[in-house]
Amino acid sequence: MTNTPDSPERTPLPAEAEPSVRVDADPSPQPGVVASEPTPSRDVPILDEGTFPRILEPRGEGRLPLGDGTWHQLARAYVRVQVISQGAFLLLVLAVAFALQFFLNLQWQWIPACVLAVITLVGLVITPRQARSFGYQLRRDDLVFRRGILWQRVVAVPYGRMQLVDITHGPLDRGFGIAQLKLVTAAASTGVTIPGLTQAAAEQLRDTLIAVAETRRTGL
Amino acid sequence: MSDGEWHRLHPLTPLLRGGLFLLVMIGILIANLRERLFELFFPMFTDLPPGVMPPDPVDFLFSHNLFLIAAGAVVVVLVILLGVFRLSWRFHTLRIGDDVEVRSGVLFRTHRRAPLDRVQGVNLTRPMVARLLGLAKLEVVGAGLDANVKLEYLSAKDADALRSDILRLASGRRLAEAGPGAVAGGSFVRATAEAVGSGIQGLVEGEDFSDAEPESIVRIPLGRLVASRVLSGSMLWLLGLVAAIVVAASISTVWLLFTVVPTFLAYGAYYVRSIARGLRYSIAPTPDGVRLTFGLFTTISEVVPPGRVHAIEVRQPLMWRPFGWWSISVNRLSGRSSTDSSTDQLAAVLPVGTRDDVERVLRILAPSLPSDGWSEVIRDGVLGPVADDPYVTTPRRARILRPLSWRRNGALLTSDALFLRRGWIWRSLSIFPLARLQSVGLHQGPLARSMRTARLGAHVISGTVQTTVGVLDRDAAVTLMEETARATVGAAAEDRTHRWAG
Repeated sequence: MTNTPDSPERTPLPAEAEPSVRVDADPSPQPGVVASEPTPSRDVPILDEGTFPRILEPRGEGRLPLGDGTWHQLARAYVRVQVISQGAFLLLVLAVAFALQFFLNLQWQWIPACVLAVITLVGLVITPRQARSFGYQLRRDDLVFRRGILWQRVVAVPYGRMQLVDITHGPLDRGFGIAQLKLVTAAASTGVTIPGLTQAAAEQLRDTLIAVAETRRTGL
Repeated sequence: MSDGEWHRLHPLTPLLRGGLFLLVMIGILIANLRERLFELFFPMFTDLPPGVMPPDPVDFLFSHNLFLIAAGAVVVVLVILLGVFRLSWRFHTLRIGDDVEVRSGVLFRTHRRAPLDRVQGVNLTRPMVARLLGLAKLEVVGAGLDANVKLEYLSAKDADALRSDILRLASGRRLAEAGPGAVAGGSFVRATAEAVGSGIQGLVEGEDFSDAEPESIVRIPLGRLVASRVLSGSMLWLLGLVAAIVVAASISTVWLLFTVVPTFLAYGAYYVRSIARGLRYSIAPTPDGVRLTFGLFTTISEVVPPGRVHAIEVRQPLMWRPFGWWSISVNRLSGRSSTDSSTDQLAAVLPVGTRDDVERVLRILAPSLPSDGWSEVIRDGVLGPVADDPYVTTPRRARILRPLSWRRNGALLTSDALFLRRGWIWRSLSIFPLARLQSVGLHQGPLARSMRTARLGAHVISGTVQTTVGVLDRDAAVTLMEETARATVGAAAEDRTHRWAG
């Protein structure tokens, strides 16, 4: 699904005025057509299957704006995976604490257990909202990534700067059919990790990114 | 040596590389004989009766007539060691053709090949001992962790010639003619004698690299070097520490004063090291990049080809301000891990310099930037805001977040570089050539959001340069990021520095 920009009127910046090269400005996406020339486009419907419909933004007026273009989002299954794994961790912590209480008659373990439990609970509460704040945009020459509600972060990575694209998925991720895609440049601070893509989307995105990076290869 | 054939390293290499092993052996020997030596020289301090030696393995050998056997064993071990080192030297070969290749190892062979268009720099290091023997280490810096190709040791002349050949090949030019020839064959003894002779001669005459040493564009007087180290930030820490200890000693026990001694020793060692490093400093432009030489005992001479500098920072500690001194450090790929202590050393390109020095060094560090714009960079960026400041700065409404520096705190994008200017007390300017910028980002926390500001970050390879500037107006920051992203793509596409001569 695509997100509607805040400002309905699109005023392209002067340098972007040519519509032929600006893929995101293309008003009619043609489903099922993966461009033969390696240009990233939003015409890849697989990227938007089973994802959230709309990016969640902070309420404050001074937030970082969404801007133009199509934002792709995380799969809904990502929240389920996170809730299950964090919930399981919470239960495990509590179970260990109770076990120590009953079998060894200890009390001190409640201090670290409560700290861990509170941290995990906070994580559980904010995860569904946080997951909806993730978004990435495939522009003509770079990938834009955004995340976070309380602490927002937006990064633009030129395709030519990519050193490698990494896909990882754990057992639980596989069960729900999601994967994490990590984009590595020579700078450690770039830090673009898209945690919950559907596996098909992750592979499609990886292939697209590699193909695009190949045509725009630059030095370090 | 760069004729595409396999060559060996200098025949004295095993001696120097085995030197460490020998030192350890001598150390063990001395540790074992310590009692005996002590007895020999200070007989009045022991509680044994005069003339009586403590029990010792050497006595045991003498008294049982095992001395010859022991001496024979030592000789055999030494010969075997020499043979092993000699063998490993024979198997250690290098070849410079389209790539730099090194083969080494007798049982476990390694073969490392580094493509020349990814060379990040070539370092020539001459440790004290190697300098006496007229040898030098050559290190071809690659991009990556532990990606350097080390050639130790070569004769200084070969190393210098090899370096210019590697740089010439890397630049895309062909070699005009074959190199000066292979490493001298000859007998081991003659080679040793010659090397020692020329090494001592060179040390006496102060000769370094003979051919066409380019003139340094910066001279650091000794007084300025010492004063700059004394007035650096660590001096403040030292004074604070001493004051704290004195106060603590006056309240409790006087003995606390003696804890100052190790602190002074540590600081003294630090100052001596950093001053010795700054001695014989020279920086000069060459066709193959910036040539940087420093060090008193261990001379290091590096060449950084154009386009290998990822970020530059001009900095001024508070106490340097009355003198108008600045320092310059850079981010570049050193092929070492970031925890390596020598990484910091290599980052500091100009230990201390005046405003004119800064301008000259910046000019050669970033040759891709237009040369007529540097006086504006110095005026607006380094020295701070003047009338009609081109920088995007902290808006007035958010000045509570940068109470002193809000007029100075800012960013500027030109067609070739991104400039981040920071600090009123500790002034600094970071310069990021767009052709090297990896990505660009914006951050915003809740406080910044309520002020409608954002933090702009330039993502480059890791190093000492500060890469972010906070509290910029949000809309200006968003525009700046968009424009930087677009300009980066353009600059990267036009960048040809991986073969800089072409």
